[in-house]
Amino acid sequence: MFLTVTKSVVRMNGAPQMRQVYLPHPVMGKTHEEIKAYVFGISPISGKSVMQEVVEGLTQPLNEQDRKGLTFARTTPRLCEPATEDALQQQFLDNNWTDKLPVVLPTLERVAAMLKHTSRKPDEVVGHHAATHFREEWECTVEQVAVNAVMAGARPEYFPVILAIASTGASARGSSTSSMAGMVVVNGPIRKEIKMNAGTGAMGPYNQANATIGRAFGLLSQNLQGGSVPGDTFMGSMGNALAYASPTFAENEERSPWEPLHVQRGFKADQSVVSVFIGMRHMAFTLGLRHAHWRDHLRNLMRGMDPNESPTFLLDPIAARLFQDVGGLKTKKDLINWICENGRMPAGEYWDYQLIQNYQYPRATFGEEPLASKLKAKPDEMIPMWTPEQVNVVVVGGETNGYWRIAGARLAASACVDDWR
Amino acid sequence: MQDQMVVHNPMGYPPKVSGKPLAPRLDTLNGRTVYLVDCRFDDSDILLKSVQAWFTEHMPAVKTVYKPISSVYTKDDPATWQEIKEKGDAAIVGVGH
Repeated sequence: MFLTVTKSVVRMNGAPQMRQVYLPHPVMGKTHEEIKAYVFGISPISGKSVMQEVVEGLTQPLNEQDRKGLTFARTTPRLCEPATEDALQQQFLDNNWTDKLPVVLPTLERVAAMLKHTSRKPDEVVGHHAATHFREEWECTVEQVAVNAVMAGARPEYFPVILAIASTGASARGSSTSSMAGMVVVNGPIRKEIKMNAGTGAMGPYNQANATIGRAFGLLSQNLQGGSVPGDTFMGSMGNALAYASPTFAENEERSPWEPLHVQRGFKADQSVVSVFIGMRHMAFTLGLRHAHWRDHLRNLMRGMDPNESPTFLLDPIAARLFQDVGGLKTKKDLINWICENGRMPAGEYWDYQLIQNYQYPRATFGEEPLASKLKAKPDEMIPMWTPEQVNVVVVGGETNGYWRIAGARLAASACVDDWR
Repeated sequence: MQDQMVVHNPMGYPPKVSGKPLAPRLDTLNGRTVYLVDCRFDDSDILLKSVQAWFTEHMPAVKTVYKPISSVYTKDDPATWQEIKEKGDAAIVGVGH
């Protein structure tokens, strides 16, 4: 399962090979006895004793290449070899440069038209992207972002938004086995300038700017980070249909009773800003706020989430006003504080979640607060699942009804679009 | 018959990869200290403790030190790497998954 990716990561970190030994997969969830049997047994890759390979790995002499390491440079040609449209579509497909849907071919003319909508130079570096923490960071220029924007079908006037997204370095094609997608919230005047949708159907396939900027986020992520190929640069076990769209939409600032996301993040209301979310895997939903049991309904939704996720509340303006009128939560901050105060679970359950074990428990034992204090709780003590910094609230929708959702998505970064005009 | 088109390559620029030599190997593990480094992901602790049990049973002349990294695997851990350099002769990094 991990043979290809581990060898690939080793090469990209400058070693021709590592002394690696593979056990049957998975280890997670197996009993101590089963894992011991793996270690005392035979490697499914080499057919040799696991521990014999381990000992040999530590004691067999290095060869010349092991001592030197692996140094190499690669280049990316600016242009492809000339070919027919059909041949190029096939080439882009075969090279894993697409999302497996037809793309708009990035001709010189189309890319030049895109570049006219920024004051930045084509060869200026926009940022760096990597598929995971362990892989090498690739660099991208304004022109390379424009190429991917063209491929996504974006209109040139959308380009500053796409550049701002690229500048964050966040990837919509992160290689987590959990199969993540990206999401983008756009705030400020640019929403109207490029006719983005914040109302009815904003998160669906009904608006050119929303649709193509989201698709551009996906394409630029995979191509500017060095690929997103299953088994190598993408290890998401099930995949994620949200990754086709990287849902991108405008916040409905005009109909929201609360301050917009970018103002919460310290930007001015008249600035145009993208906020890029990663790790999006699912959404829970319900309708309205019932006077008698809305608190229970909300707690139920929150308990349905993995506590390692960061909840992003997506509220139709009707739902937002219900949180004010029925819930008495007058500001976004009030709502976020309520969520953190009431989103609780027994400490024993919390610490036993696998992702909490993987990502939060090590930090708690390192002394990082507030995790270290949470770790002191007794197993049946109800502890908060999140801190206010992990929770976001965005108002979106056309008020056809008072629906609201909780997306498991973490806000990675916000960037000012105006810097990229 | 379709015309020939010229289009851009959509990939970014990969970094130069600089060679890293592997750590020198030992001629024997007997009498040496081997760190068993737990990267703290998906039951790596059980995996490394099973490795430790194997050494105890089959190569008791090897001293093993079970060493979980200080925090989460996404953070570098120079304190642990320094400890291994100072006190260890070899290290095995275990990844549960």
